[in-house]
Amino acid sequence: MGEFWSGYAIPGIWIVTKILALLIPLLLSVAYLTWFERKVMAAMQLRMGPNVVGPWGLWQPFADAIKMVVKETIIPTKANPGVFLLAPMLTFGLAVIAWAVMPVGDGLVISNLNVGVLYLFAISSLGVYGVVMAGWASNSRYAFLGALRSAAQMVSYEVSMGFVIISVLLCVGSLNLSDIVRAQETVWFVFPLLPMAVVFFISALAETNRHPFDLPEAESELVAGHLVEYSAMTFGLFFLGEYANMILMSGMTTVLFLGGWLPPIDIAPFNWIPGPIWFALKIAALLFVFVWVRATFPRYRYDQLMRLGWKVFLPLSLLWVVLTAGVLVAFGWAPGA
Amino acid sequence: MLIQFIAFYVFAAVCVGSALMVIAARNPVHSVLFLILTFFNAAGIFVLAGAEFLAMTLVIVYVGAVAVLFLFVVMMLDINFVRLRQGFMQYLPIGATVGALLLVELLLVIGIVVDSPDAGGLGGAPMPPVERQSNTHALGALLYTRYMYLFQAAGMVLLVAMIGAIVLTYRVRTGVRKQSIAAQVGRHRADAVEMKKVATGTGVTL
Repeated sequence: MGEFWSGYAIPGIWIVTKILALLIPLLLSVAYLTWFERKVMAAMQLRMGPNVVGPWGLWQPFADAIKMVVKETIIPTKANPGVFLLAPMLTFGLAVIAWAVMPVGDGLVISNLNVGVLYLFAISSLGVYGVVMAGWASNSRYAFLGALRSAAQMVSYEVSMGFVIISVLLCVGSLNLSDIVRAQETVWFVFPLLPMAVVFFISALAETNRHPFDLPEAESELVAGHLVEYSAMTFGLFFLGEYANMILMSGMTTVLFLGGWLPPIDIAPFNWIPGPIWFALKIAALLFVFVWVRATFPRYRYDQLMRLGWKVFLPLSLLWVVLTAGVLVAFGWAPGA
Repeated sequence: MLIQFIAFYVFAAVCVGSALMVIAARNPVHSVLFLILTFFNAAGIFVLAGAEFLAMTLVIVYVGAVAVLFLFVVMMLDINFVRLRQGFMQYLPIGATVGALLLVELLLVIGIVVDSPDAGGLGGAPMPPVERQSNTHALGALLYTRYMYLFQAAGMVLLVAMIGAIVLTYRVRTGVRKQSIAAQVGRHRADAVEMKKVATGTGVTL
């Protein structure tokens, strides 16, 4: 019995506590990201944004959540019910489990995986299944077109994202996310690898199907793409998953390029603030850029999107990998050399 | 240890079960989805065996890219389910032969491992213990030194395959008005806009 407690029960409870400590703030920030987006967009377009429910509209996310929960879930007659219901769960689940390896502070990580970057990359590349399954199972032309666009788009941008990650890994010499952050103690990678940081962020926009690459759900031509047939909480899960993915991609950019939990300068007033706060602030800044881009740019045409991915980002990032490797070897800066 | 034990049997059972469903499912899209589940559980077994790098690569390459294209193609096919079942008896002999051969070969492999457990490592380089070197490092050190030429040869084969696929599907289309981004961005006001002063009642020729 004693072995049961020390071997299984206590570690189990401890892991569940850690997961809850990460998940609850994450879900709250997902809820408030919708509020933030509406407020920021409103300010950029000289509107008020949500301002009725609670002070400054602060209860709006909860009002929306209650609305989503109490509405009826409609499954179209010709839909494939199993896959139709699985798709939103998959989208949301994947957006959440990726956080298992995200180091929010020094040592504050649920699973300090040796191949953390690959895990994140693998999970984010699975996100396409939610969309494709939704599009196919809905048995609707708009949804199917959206799914096809999404599949092609996400596969294309993953390639250049992979090369960007490789150029960061070359500078670190480890696939562990905490090691990647620690390698940036002298200088954040955004400075030596600025072009790659930009490529990564734009690819992140495409991976999350955000404006200006939101062709899979282009409301003016495809109504809402793969979301057409979804209602109530099935739609809600897609929505939550999409916003959680935005936060995840911002977190990935922060870890890879903006020094994770590290303060900008390691001197008195800055290093008093704990790491997780810095991490959250950096993510918030990137999320602001996500919203800013949405309010600024018109949607890309599909051929332009593909051209950008395959003919601009892919050669550029490939060249940069060669360049980084060359510089590291030439100056003897390669880690572990 | 108990958790690993349970996890292994869950992964293995789901893996075999979903592999069975790949060939048993009536709907080809369901088959592909079960195939993805199989890949995923195989990755889980890799993780349990301590091969984290292989597990992640399996998910990234097979699940994240290959299976997406599979799904893409299968979803686009206009499949008549009744017709699909018709040739079943006709293909049974070939399928059964291939299956039986595979089974015999697998049994041989398992037999060798059971007979002399060290046989697998005889031809290869010994893998350093996981505590001392992560398996990403170990794989890289081996691939880029000892097996460099084979690795390069594999790359060449893939390159040839890619060129072959492009050559086979490429067709020259005439009359395509492709957008030239450079030309479009490089335009000046002087090239596009002309100011004309038009006297009243005379009109203008452009």
